[in-house]
Amino acid sequence: MASKVIANTRTAAGLTTGKLAIWWLLGSEIVIFGGLLGSYIMHRLGHPEWANYAVHTNVWAGGLNTFILLTSSLFAVLAHQAAEHGDGPKAAKLLFATFCGGLGFLCVKTFEWSNEIAHGYTITANTFWSFYYTAAGIHGLHVIIGMSIMLFIAYNANKGKDLHRVELVGLYWHFVDIVWIFLFPLLYIAK
Amino acid sequence: MSDNHADHGHDDHGHHHEMTFLEKYVIPLDHKYIAKQYLLTGMFMALIGGFFSYAFRMQLAWPGSDIPMFGHMSPAEYNAAITTHGTVMIFWVAMPVLIAAFGNFLIPLMVGADDMAFPRLNRLSYQVFFVSVVLIIASIFVPGGAFGGAWTAYPPLSAEPTYNLTPTGSTLWILAVAVEFAAFLIGGINFIVTAMNARAPGMKWDRVPMVVWMICIASILFMLSVGPLIAGAVMLFFDQVLNTGFYDPTRGGDPILWQHLFWFFGHPEVYVVLLPATGMVAEVITVFSRKKLFGYQLVLFTSIGTGVLSFFVWAHHQFVAGIDPRMANIFTVTTVLISIPIAEMLFLYIATLYKGSITFSTPMLWALGFIFAFLIGGVTGIPLGASGSDIYLHDSYFVLAHFHFTFFPIAFMGTFCGLSFWYPKMFGKMMNDTLGKIHFWLTFLSFHGIFIPLFVLGLAGQHRRIFDFTNYPDLATPDLQSVRIFATCSLLVLLASQSIFLYNFFYNMFFGKDAPANPWNSSTLEWTVPSPPPHGNFGNKFPEVYRGPYEYSVPDRELDYWPQSEPS
Amino acid sequence: MIEWLIPQTSTFASDIDNLFLLIVLVVGFWYALTVGMFFWLMIRYRAREGVKAEYITGKEPELKRWITIPHALIILCDVVLVVGAVKVWYDVKQDLPPADAELRVVSQQWAWTFHHEGPDGELGTPDDIVLVDELHIEVGKTYHWHLESLDVLHSFSIPTMRFKQDAIPGRVNTGWFTPTKTGEYDVQCAEMCGIGHGAMGARVFIHTPEDYELWQKIASARLAGR
Ligand code: HEA
Ligand code: HEA
Ligand code: CUA
Ligand SMILES: [Cu+2]
Repeated sequence: MASKVIANTRTAAGLTTGKLAIWWLLGSEIVIFGGLLGSYIMHRLGHPEWANYAVHTNVWAGGLNTFILLTSSLFAVLAHQAAEHGDGPKAAKLLFATFCGGLGFLCVKTFEWSNEIAHGYTITANTFWSFYYTAAGIHGLHVIIGMSIMLFIAYNANKGKDLHRVELVGLYWHFVDIVWIFLFPLLYIAK
Repeated sequence: MSDNHADHGHDDHGHHHEMTFLEKYVIPLDHKYIAKQYLLTGMFMALIGGFFSYAFRMQLAWPGSDIPMFGHMSPAEYNAAITTHGTVMIFWVAMPVLIAAFGNFLIPLMVGADDMAFPRLNRLSYQVFFVSVVLIIASIFVPGGAFGGAWTAYPPLSAEPTYNLTPTGSTLWILAVAVEFAAFLIGGINFIVTAMNARAPGMKWDRVPMVVWMICIASILFMLSVGPLIAGAVMLFFDQVLNTGFYDPTRGGDPILWQHLFWFFGHPEVYVVLLPATGMVAEVITVFSRKKLFGYQLVLFTSIGTGVLSFFVWAHHQFVAGIDPRMANIFTVTTVLISIPIAEMLFLYIATLYKGSITFSTPMLWALGFIFAFLIGGVTGIPLGASGSDIYLHDSYFVLAHFHFTFFPIAFMGTFCGLSFWYPKMFGKMMNDTLGKIHFWLTFLSFHGIFIPLFVLGLAGQHRRIFDFTNYPDLATPDLQSVRIFATCSLLVLLASQSIFLYNFFYNMFFGKDAPANPWNSSTLEWTVPSPPPHGNFGNKFPEVYRGPYEYSVPDRELDYWPQSEPS
Repeated sequence: MIEWLIPQTSTFASDIDNLFLLIVLVVGFWYALTVGMFFWLMIRYRAREGVKAEYITGKEPELKRWITIPHALIILCDVVLVVGAVKVWYDVKQDLPPADAELRVVSQQWAWTFHHEGPDGELGTPDDIVLVDELHIEVGKTYHWHLESLDVLHSFSIPTMRFKQDAIPGRVNTGWFTPTKTGEYDVQCAEMCGIGHGAMGARVFIHTPEDYELWQKIASARLAGR
């Protein structure tokens, strides 16, 4: 482009353009997970015997992951605060901590899944496990996407660039966190 | 393409550099070029969808004969043809043209912005869409043939290769649809954010032109309804390639689940394409009757009301599908209720003509033709929504004629209306009005000639998706066959008359008369800039807006229009 | 209206046709009114030399009436339509009158298998008459059908009876019909079920009681002879 676009500089709706877009993005994500979890809940209600399969999920690993994600969300909040104060390098470090939380989450998941698959609970074992892997898998994909974006933003924030994006990725990360808070009881705890 | 003479002179913000061909036409960032990419892709897909409709209508009229340009049609090919036709027409013609092409072109220009809020995201949206185009076209040519399980893709048929016998075709189909959804989610967020945030100073909510509202409401509807189907598509994809059993009743799955997910999206989707078309019609009837839109706010409320109600009617597609029969009663109520906002919207449009000064130019003919044809499509939805009569009408050609009487007006009449109206702005040239009128009358009449007979066939008990009615003694009567032949002959006329449009469209793009900035004496912002608008639209600044979009024939003014950005 | 095009052969066929007629009349009335108004305005207010359009916002009470009154009346009409629809629906799909006989209908890619009661008058016994793509029923008798599918979705549809129900693998759907007119009619599959969907038809034979008895005798004898 020969010149920079100015369309994104206005805030006629009272929010910055980036934040508005993130909220709409989250809105569309909510219905995706809503549809998936709604389908799962309807099946679960129709099949009481699935409780017997749910027994084989690893509640400890799931609990640990909940803890890891919540902690990483805290770092995201702190990163936002640092960015608000214009402290780019600090925000970058905190974002990196959030990123490490995501990494930890994925490590626990890997351990958990390989264990389950080794015991024969694969995605085709039955429809409970299909839902288990699909829901957690789509969530995991969101974790990975969030982490990649976070790394990119942290890299820029370290140089003091695009600090407003720290908040945006934080919002996204909280959403990923909240989805997990729904998944955990539904997939692990409900017996 | 067209406007290689686009005026870059207004680009006075320093670092000007000549854009390469690649930057300008293949990966453009300018919303006007992306709009044209969507438009031309959609038109190309319309040729594919139209070709399939030609092929299978020929088969229905003269079963088993050799179809010119197609050859003999097997049952599998027939199923693949109708499935591809339906999918392509909705997802690759109606959506990209009505929402993406017009949305891209009109939203920034009409709200007074220099581009979309996220130009790069906009380009990405087209690129993702292009991938879906490649996927759906590829699915036609893979071994085993294209998916033939109808555009609704009900499992277990769509999930099990042993049942549908098109393992690759069905997987490519679901992938293509999912990728297309992703493209429109990206695009939709961009539209909504642009219209909400990038409005020029003074462009208050109630000064936004109706078509912008409609495209945004449509995008929101799409965004809020497609989620569950994306989840459903992932499940269907896993059923196909990983052999999971989400929809397999023998393994604890449920085939009906897909129907709920599909129609929870599918019904709002019909209003997703309806609303942009009605928005364009609103712009055109106000301009050509020199009248303010009758009840701007009411029109807005009716479209929001339609949108909200549309989330609660989906099971009217499943009355006899084995859902709890008590549920049908609830959905009958909601379905019949949806007639109220839509009736009111149409009444308001018709009332806009009152005490106007109506010119029957080509865009106006399309707008009025849209209202006329869509009314038939709308009222025939009511016997379908009434559960009792849907027992008989479900899956018959009555349903088919109903939805072609809504879709054709929307996807083609609406598009022709918008195109003939904004063509001068898009390409900087005028289309030929006489050719336009001939094209209108031929298309309008032959369209009715195709689908009115199909209502009759439907009432006579003819079901959908049947490749050869000679298999059914009650339907193989010469009378009914001649009705089918009449419909097919009308289609041939319809197809032939599209060549007039294509000629008018492409010839004038290069050799047409240069268009003035405001050929229709319209008040909205896009007509205040040259045709075609330069990069940055309003000279890289926001215009100031002083009034609503439809100030026509204001008393005590000499001009009968009043541009939104003209100081009082 | 529908009966002009296709005969009515079940007790509820006329209910459904009458409901359709009611809808056509109510909706047709509004349709005619709307289209009439539409054309009148188009012709009356076409552009004429020296006549300017008027500035009307749509908020003027005396004009807005033209929208709000029809709006209220359409709500009223909607109520009538819903009541009519629900009544027919209840009779056909929710209510289950006592049965005179039972049928088992099994659908698969791409054939119908009809299990008729044998001479013992009971379904599920060895003397059941099992036929492919041929359904025999007796006029005036109320049948309970049990509909199954072995593979994908199908839909059991007899247009002359105005009857239709989807078959779902893994479930048995039950409902009823009472034929009223003798003759031989089409059964169609009304749900896309794969390549052979378009040829998945069958014939229903509606017999008089005497004919039915005769048919049952011959069919059982043929079955025993095998
Ligand atoms: C854009 C497309 C579009 C639109 C706008 C509509 C609009 C409506 N549709 Fe349609 N429909 C489809 C596209 C569309 N539909 C498609 C594609 C299918 C088939 C899918 C498939 O199976 O493949 C379908 C199928 C379909 C069915 C399922 C049929 C079946 O398979 O058994 C039903 C049932 O309720 C239905 C109802 C309606 C209703 C009530 C409206 C209403 O919105 C119409 C409201 C408008 C009016 C009523 C007209 C104006 C009002 C008046 C003039 C006032 C007088 C009216 C009264 C007094 C009531 N439609
Ligand atoms: C937007 C939706 C749309 C549109 C416009 C059409 C258009 C047409 N349809 Fe389509 N149809 C469907 C959606 C649509 N259809 C769907 C969803 C189904 C159900 C599939 C299923 O059962 O799974 C279906 C099924 C269907 C059947 C039933 C097959 C069966 O059940 O056995 C038939 C039969 O006659 C038919 C006929 C036609 C005809 C003759 C046209 C004609 O109007 C086509 C005319 C074509 C053109 C006019 C294209 C050429 C025009 C240009 C190139 C001009 C430039 C274009 C632009 C500016 C955009 N259609
Ligand atoms: Cu069986 Cu269609
Ligand atoms: Cu619908």
